[in-house]
Amino acid sequence: MEDTNKRYWKGIEELKNDINVVKNADKEFNFDEIEGGTYRRDFLKVLGFGMAAVSLAACDAPVRHTIPYLNKPVDVEPGIPNYYASSYVQGGDYASILVKTVEGRPIKIEGNSLSTISKGCLSAQVHGSLLSLYDNDRLRTPQKKGKEISWSSLDKEVMAGLSSASNIRIVSNTILSPTFKKVIGDFATKYPSAKLVQYDASSAYPLVQANEKSFGKAAIPDYKFENADVIVGINADFLGAWISPLEYNAGWVTNRKVSSAKEGKKAMSRHYHYEPTMTLTGANADYRGRYKPSQEGLLVANLYNKVSEKLGQGSPLAVQKADFEFLDKCAADLVKSGARSLIVIGSSDVSTLVLVNALNALLGTVGTTIDFGNTVNYRQGNDAEMAQFVADLNSGTVDAVIFVDANPVYDHLAGPEIEKGLKKAKLSVAISDRADETASNCTYIALNTHFLENWGDANPKTGYYSLIQPTISNIFKSRQPEASILKWSGSDTAYHYYLKSNWQSNILGGKSWTQALHDGVHELGAAPVAGASFIGNIQEAAAQATAKKGNGLELHVFENTTIGTGKNANNPWLQETPDPISKVTWENTAAFSLKTATELGIAQGDWVKVSAGSTSVELPVLIQPGQPDGTVAIARGYGRTKAGKAGNVGVDVLPLLRGAKGAGNFWADGIQVEKTKSGYTLAQTQTHETYMGRKAVVQETILSEYVKNVKAGRFEPKIATSEGPKRPNTITMWNGHEKKNHSWGMVIDLNTCTGCAACVVSCQAENNIPVVGKAEVARAREMHWVRIDRYYSSDAPRETGYNPNGYKAMEVASDNPEVIFQPMMCQHCSNAPCETVCPVLATTHSSEGLNQMTYNRCVGTRYCANNCPYKVRRFNWFKYFENDDFDYAFNNELGRMVINPEVTVRSRGVIEKCSMCVQRIQAGKLVAKKEKRPLKDGDIKLACSSSCPTGCITFGDMNDPESEISKLLAHEKEGRAFHMLEEINVQPQLSYLVKVRNKDKEDSKVV
Amino acid sequence: MSSVVSPIREHLVTNGKTHHDVTEDICRHVEAKPTKEWKIAFTICLIILVYGTFWVLRTWWEGLGVWGLNKTVGWAWDITNFVWWVGIGHAGTLISAILLLFRQKWRTSVNRAAEAMTIFAVICAASFIVMHMGRPWLAYWALPFPNTFGSLWVNFNSPLVWDVFAISTYFSVSCLFWYIGMVPDLATIRDRATGIRKTIYGILSLGWTGGAKTWARYEDVSLILSGLSTPLVLSVHTIVSFDFATSVIPGWHTTIFPPYFVAGAIFSGFAMVQNLMLITRVVYKLEDYITLEHISLMNKIITLTGSIVGIAYITEFFIAAYSGVEYEKYAFLNRATGPLWWSYAAMMTCNVLSPQVFWSAKLRKNIVLSFVIAVIVNIGMWFERFVIIVTSLHRDYLPSSWTYFTPRMGDIGDYVFSFGLFGTLFLLFSKFLPVINMAEVKAVLKSSSERKPGDKH
Repeated sequence: MEDTNKRYWKGIEELKNDINVVKNADKEFNFDEIEGGTYRRDFLKVLGFGMAAVSLAACDAPVRHTIPYLNKPVDVEPGIPNYYASSYVQGGDYASILVKTVEGRPIKIEGNSLSTISKGCLSAQVHGSLLSLYDNDRLRTPQKKGKEISWSSLDKEVMAGLSSASNIRIVSNTILSPTFKKVIGDFATKYPSAKLVQYDASSAYPLVQANEKSFGKAAIPDYKFENADVIVGINADFLGAWISPLEYNAGWVTNRKVSSAKEGKKAMSRHYHYEPTMTLTGANADYRGRYKPSQEGLLVANLYNKVSEKLGQGSPLAVQKADFEFLDKCAADLVKSGARSLIVIGSSDVSTLVLVNALNALLGTVGTTIDFGNTVNYRQGNDAEMAQFVADLNSGTVDAVIFVDANPVYDHLAGPEIEKGLKKAKLSVAISDRADETASNCTYIALNTHFLENWGDANPKTGYYSLIQPTISNIFKSRQPEASILKWSGSDTAYHYYLKSNWQSNILGGKSWTQALHDGVHELGAAPVAGASFIGNIQEAAAQATAKKGNGLELHVFENTTIGTGKNANNPWLQETPDPISKVTWENTAAFSLKTATELGIAQGDWVKVSAGSTSVELPVLIQPGQPDGTVAIARGYGRTKAGKAGNVGVDVLPLLRGAKGAGNFWADGIQVEKTKSGYTLAQTQTHETYMGRKAVVQETILSEYVKNVKAGRFEPKIATSEGPKRPNTITMWNGHEKKNHSWGMVIDLNTCTGCAACVVSCQAENNIPVVGKAEVARAREMHWVRIDRYYSSDAPRETGYNPNGYKAMEVASDNPEVIFQPMMCQHCSNAPCETVCPVLATTHSSEGLNQMTYNRCVGTRYCANNCPYKVRRFNWFKYFENDDFDYAFNNELGRMVINPEVTVRSRGVIEKCSMCVQRIQAGKLVAKKEKRPLKDGDIKLACSSSCPTGCITFGDMNDPESEISKLLAHEKEGRAFHMLEEINVQPQLSYLVKVRNKDKEDSKVV
Repeated sequence: MSSVVSPIREHLVTNGKTHHDVTEDICRHVEAKPTKEWKIAFTICLIILVYGTFWVLRTWWEGLGVWGLNKTVGWAWDITNFVWWVGIGHAGTLISAILLLFRQKWRTSVNRAAEAMTIFAVICAASFIVMHMGRPWLAYWALPFPNTFGSLWVNFNSPLVWDVFAISTYFSVSCLFWYIGMVPDLATIRDRATGIRKTIYGILSLGWTGGAKTWARYEDVSLILSGLSTPLVLSVHTIVSFDFATSVIPGWHTTIFPPYFVAGAIFSGFAMVQNLMLITRVVYKLEDYITLEHISLMNKIITLTGSIVGIAYITEFFIAAYSGVEYEKYAFLNRATGPLWWSYAAMMTCNVLSPQVFWSAKLRKNIVLSFVIAVIVNIGMWFERFVIIVTSLHRDYLPSSWTYFTPRMGDIGDYVFSFGLFGTLFLLFSKFLPVINMAEVKAVLKSSSERKPGDKH
């Protein structure tokens, strides 16, 4: 183009090249010329400043301590989470964990997949333990007689007391830590009278005793559920609460998974369960039998007799013949599977345990499914030593006692005696994080830490070591027990160094400490499986085991999955997690069978006074299908008095056991029940028990049918059209959504979901789900994004007509029902009923198949929730944070530290629901993008799917043919996979897999 | 004066009222000091309103948790009250618009009050639309207005948005209709008034001259507006019924809803008009204008519409059975026999059975019975909406989520609020505005008055 050399000038000065113009050429406006006085722009500035100054002066702005890093720590990037391997150790409960921290603040506990024990899975209690770190009821400082004391004076006074003491006891729950035991060894060197007394609230001491009597091995063997074809559980809730549920879940599920692929596995173990109340494990068994607690020995002896008769081995036991549900079938199956059987029992009676050992030995399971080559350390409590301690304490021989994170006044049967005896001790110290039932009776409280603030280690079983590292510095003036004992034994070494040197010299065997710390676990590998020969006296055991006769109503005390023995009772997450069976939150109940309740003239909604001898407790009634007649079951772990705001709920049942004389440890007979009041609403998250024969909801089959036809049990509705019946998904008025890149989905295997609620708590932690409290749960307003529907079978025929009585009959659960668990969260429908009805487009469809909720657009008409066929949408009826009516974690600064910064805290008046952890999906995509690679299957894990102890939830991209979910669906689409409520054709992104029960046809309740 | 009175028709104005009498009888209440009865009634309504306002404010301050709703039942009294009030409003429009088109002269005495009732009822209904929102301060987001929030727009697929249009159109047309119809009467009051009242009524009467041209235009406007309102009578409740009919919930997902809802709306509206009329008649001594014939005619419509809804109830059951859909069948069976059976029984008794007494001509003219049945019908119609909303929701697809609904004080208080608001507004109306359309009554005097030919003006 031709250059015209045309030039424009702004004024005559510029044309003349005036010196001032040249000088200020780069300034658009030249104010330098205008000096003095206030001009228009300045006036506005002054005005603005004046306004700001006045308004600033008017409000006393709170000082926010948000200080940027002067020197950024190496590993901390603001907004980028860090993961640290650590271990959850609570008494003898163990899980290897990864702790997600954001700017030095732990916000989530994940499973550590490097551990062969917990295999990356966690239980509800482990997930919940995170919130206990931010428990506002924790003490802030060490205390002496309820008053603050400094650590230096406490140490001085305690050490003075210890030096003058002649008989010192350290009372603790099981100590898994080898290094802590070494510290206690050092302590005992300094104070030779010191002795460690371990006890467990849920004791396995009888089992250890029985093993010693039976096999000469005072240990708990490793149970290998994965090697068992027939499992018989007797009052051992091994999937929920017994010894090491996480490990047993993984083993149990190995033989429960089936596949519809051509070469897929179509065999399952068969699981019999006998129990005096419905537990998680019983609910998941193929065959479930009931018995009264007093009949435990009789049941085992009869089973033994039947098995030995069929085997033609062993001598019959001279016991009364008694009939129990499915016992013949059970014996036949045991005989058939022989050494590949496993019988576990959660009895507190040594002779019954010996009988079971004899039965296992008879079948040859010791050495196959029961492994004495590897023993576990989860329960080291010694009841005899504990009893001796209680006696010594009361006789005044023990003059100094240190409780290490133990609360026997509450959770030990001898609690009241310990409380009484403590007054005689000259020195009493509780290493506790609160003034609990025991600590409040001690002179000193050496403030304990939370395990996430600790250094530590664990040796859960032979050859397995695990490290604990702090993920946050101590929030309060607390000190971990190991450090306290180390200090009192006169050492000034920091426990961290003590631990490290112990590991380097005794455990690591030359391996890298850093690597072990990084991995969290140090595994030497399992020893070869070893058996043991039975040396017990079986006739004597049988006589003792069947000697007890129960009369009248019998009481059975059990532990539930969420609260356990009550150690973590002050945890609103766990309190609000519904009990997997009863769906009751925030309290325990007296469970009766319908028949017994009717006989006693009580019903759900009543309160009863349950008395044993002269003691009684009062609690609400629960009608529990599957509860044996003539029994009442009450969960322990409730009725804490000094746990804290959230924990002091329910009723402590242990006084009843203390009152009852002569019965076994966790049962009693001759119980009296008296109705005290009625009209009470239990805070249950599910009040309807059966699935009303709705095959579009619950689809199940039995193994023999499934082997013949992988589509057995599938319900495939057809809609009548002018062109004949058609599948619902072929008729639609919608155009569908384009899912170009990803199509996120989940597949939930109903066959392996045990209903344990680990996903519920994991989701609650991940997604900042508020706790609403008992009253609101009773009003059916819990906020959980994932719930576990639990349905009982009904004996009524399936009514499809117009007979109201037919439907009413279907509402009644079977006497001993089959149970099915069904995790239920947003189904992310492609034809979502919620999306069309929102007036303001607050809920829309993403290009990746997600049904997304825009909280700040929501005006709260709740139309979406009404129109949701799955009823998974939750409404914020109130403001659940910073609200004194909801005084849980979100109502105090400490508790709010648990909030996940990646997820919005919802305001009052908006709807929320499962987002399929969209924040994790986005984070995963971002990582892949930064690494300039396509997203891989497994990069993204959801809070629910990653925590499932049986791996029943498969999440992934259904557009990626190589993903696990696509491969799974490829064969299950023509097999077990179904969409819930297929008729209404909402086309969910979630599929469920039909439940398969390993039951014989004549026993199945599937209609 | 030659009369064209049909010998078989009852007189619409009794006791030989003259044009002047009409003016005097109606204007008296506007001009005189409030009567003792009015004062008492107004005080009561105001107390109710204040109490209700306390609950409304509490609902707004604390959140919708003060209601008895839960995770399964997301609507209960709120939307029941909304539909109920909207339904009541329909009678006003029907009387003024459709009956005008059909040249039903008996409407003249009742249309003013009925239209006022419509407007107040729609205000009450609208208050529940706003109240039922989780974040009512953002209610305006349901309007498609240009905004700077990003490309945010309403969802035209949502029946709730249709509702917004339906109700707002209905409200504006009803207001316009009511006001235009009132202009000649306001001018009458203006002409008789002095001082500040003259100015106010003067402004309100829009410079009415009473000339022939003015009257002709007035008639034209009335006709056009009635033509506009007529489809609204059908459309508003049709659209309200879409809130339910377009959903997937068994018991809601029903094609019969539009006609069924419209019939129900007219049914309840007539019952409400009947109640208000009977009260006004006694309190304002308007027996000569609201005659037994009026009451009888209203009762006939109540019986007719009551029977229509009765047929609708039975049809629903039949279709549910005929469909063969297990959820539908259960939903309807559950209505009648489930935990909330009593609400269904109340609905059936009040709506279908009770109006059948009016097959008797004698009972149709029984004032006390007419009043009682009208109250019963409105109770029944409230239960109808409650039955549809709550019994369908509380037991839908997944039995795990089945719950029950128990109202809490918030539900009751907010409902009471709407009564207080309605009563207060209606009493203010009856004090300051002419409750009977003088101009139109005068127009029918010639043909339908009891006045004998030759009587003096």
